Amino acid sequence: MTDNGHNVKFWPGNIVVAEAAIAAGCNFFGGYPITPSSEIAHHMSALLPRHGGHFIQMEDEIGAMGSVIGASLAGAKALTATSGPGMSLKLENLGFGYMVEAPCVVVNVMRGGPSTGLPTHPAQADLMQARWGTHGDHPTIAIAPSFHQEIYMETIRAFNLAEQFRMPVILLLDEVLGHLSEGVIPPEPGSFEIINRKMDTGDPKTFLPYNVEKEDVPPFRPYFDGATWHTTGLNHDATGFPTTNPEYIKSDMERHIRKVLGNRDKIDKVEYYMADDAEIGVISFGSTARAAMAAVKKAREAGVKVGMLRPVTVWPFPKDQVYEFGRDKKYLVVPEFNMGQMVYEVERAVHFDRPIKRVNKVGGVPIYPNEILAAIEEVA
Amino acid sequence: MAFDYMPYIRQEKMPHMWCPGCGIGTVMKSMIRSFSELEWAPEDIAVVSGIGCTSRLPGYLNVNTLHTTHGRAISFATGIKMHRQDKHVVVISGDGDGSAIGGNHLIHAARRNIDITVIINNNNIYGMTGGQYSPTTPLGAKAATAPYGNLEPSFDLVKLLTGAGASFVARGQVGNGKQVAQLLKKAFEHKGFSFVEIVSNCHTQFGRRNKMADPMNMVNWINDRAVSERKWEKMSDDDRAKHFPVGVLHEDTERPEYCDTYEKLIAKLAEQQSA
Repeated sequence: MTDNGHNVKFWPGNIVVAEAAIAAGCNFFGGYPITPSSEIAHHMSALLPRHGGHFIQMEDEIGAMGSVIGASLAGAKALTATSGPGMSLKLENLGFGYMVEAPCVVVNVMRGGPSTGLPTHPAQADLMQARWGTHGDHPTIAIAPSFHQEIYMETIRAFNLAEQFRMPVILLLDEVLGHLSEGVIPPEPGSFEIINRKMDTGDPKTFLPYNVEKEDVPPFRPYFDGATWHTTGLNHDATGFPTTNPEYIKSDMERHIRKVLGNRDKIDKVEYYMADDAEIGVISFGSTARAAMAAVKKAREAGVKVGMLRPVTVWPFPKDQVYEFGRDKKYLVVPEFNMGQMVYEVERAVHFDRPIKRVNKVGGVPIYPNEILAAIEEVA
Repeated sequence: MAFDYMPYIRQEKMPHMWCPGCGIGTVMKSMIRSFSELEWAPEDIAVVSGIGCTSRLPGYLNVNTLHTTHGRAISFATGIKMHRQDKHVVVISGDGDGSAIGGNHLIHAARRNIDITVIINNNNIYGMTGGQYSPTTPLGAKAATAPYGNLEPSFDLVKLLTGAGASFVARGQVGNGKQVAQLLKKAFEHKGFSFVEIVSNCHTQFGRRNKMADPMNMVNWINDRAVSERKWEKMSDDDRAKHFPVGVLHEDTERPEYCDTYEKLIAKLAEQQSA
């Protein structure tokens, strides 16, 4: 199908992720079947060998995450995809990925929970898990697109951020986005930026795998590239070997956090909708933002001055943007498809100084536009 | 000329953290001897481990080394091998790390017949965490969590791996280091999944609880029970209960190797695309 000469594809969100991953240069996928993310694995298993890359269905979710980090350390651009319970299983190795600074992308197509929950139904209840799921302090980059064209571009951006900052990046979809089909125009190769990890170009014999003297993101050298370097999940120094030196660990932990929070200009992304002159502010992300936008439009048509902020990068949470957006609002409305998670971040961002109307729903049926509209009308 | 271990050792990391007399030293020495005999360049080798005393071994080896999460070494190694099939990937693990928490990865890597070597230093105990019973602790033996004797039957790792489809399965023991090195060399040379169990001594955690606190007592206890496969074949069941066979115990050179199979698929698809 073409539209004005464009190559329009009608794809479910899961297929969009797989297609965009290939466009971003992904050459390894390690996965495990789980609803509602499995189509990403299906599509990668078909695409990767055609592009000279490697797909493997591992024996479990934990192994899938391990294979992805192993491949990444050997130089691959690696992807895995999962849902709820699978994400819970991946968390230990995800933390390992943060610790050893292995670039990779982890997709969580969210479903209802906890536990087995609602395997074939959507939810947005893993937002806090994405931030705090694995143990220990660490920074997080997580992205939650709302539309299929955006899923395509944000998948590429997820790889770029993973490579640029040498860390796992989480892409949050949900069952609605994963299974809903929508038109996508894949951009021409070369028309979008692809960032690859910065490589060490020094003498391999003197290679320091975590040399952060000059920059917060240590230059990378894959295994088998002349050096013989050590990688461990233990706290380690510039040589990659364990250290228990409190000063070093403190400064290294600060570096990990700084490489994300100190580069927010490259990571943050929010979108606004009808936000000019708005007196009521809606803040919503992912698939729920689609319903929220419809509600905002309807309310505007009825003369209500309402506008919307949509975090696309959900972690780090865009607290400054939310503060600026929310500080002069009469009321904030926060629809999210869970029992209330993002609302805690919104409350903090506006210094607990704005009245907030929560719109929450669970049970596997998405929030409808009229439910959000009713909340807007209630506070208008 | 004396054998030169130095190219494969990170000398600056010595002294090592293992107890005096620990069997892991024999395993490490044998690995190095085999690498050297095969003339594998250090930068072409990746040694991957999980968590535990044995899993600290890679830190002392001057190759690409990856010390991963508990039980998961084989999954990381699988990712490395698939991306760089031209390189040598070896996993070193303990009995707890490899066959309890990591048991699932162990049997599935064997089933796939991916060309990595997995070495399990089997000292019948969780050493690093304080002497708890493992899947290979003998029935009745004492452990920190089996103060009245182990109630659980143990794994025969050789049978487990043979059943899972490993195309090379061997067993050695630390009382015969020369044989361990020979077995490792054969395992490294084998194309496909190779598994070597090395029956080893943890006199600190296993021995002290089982009247073998002296390392040599425990090495002798191991050595005296090891018999060749030929001897094993002729033994009565009663005799077998007191012994274990060592050597190459299973070998299948016909089974297709996983990465090879995958590369053939890539080549076939490329051919179809250009046709």
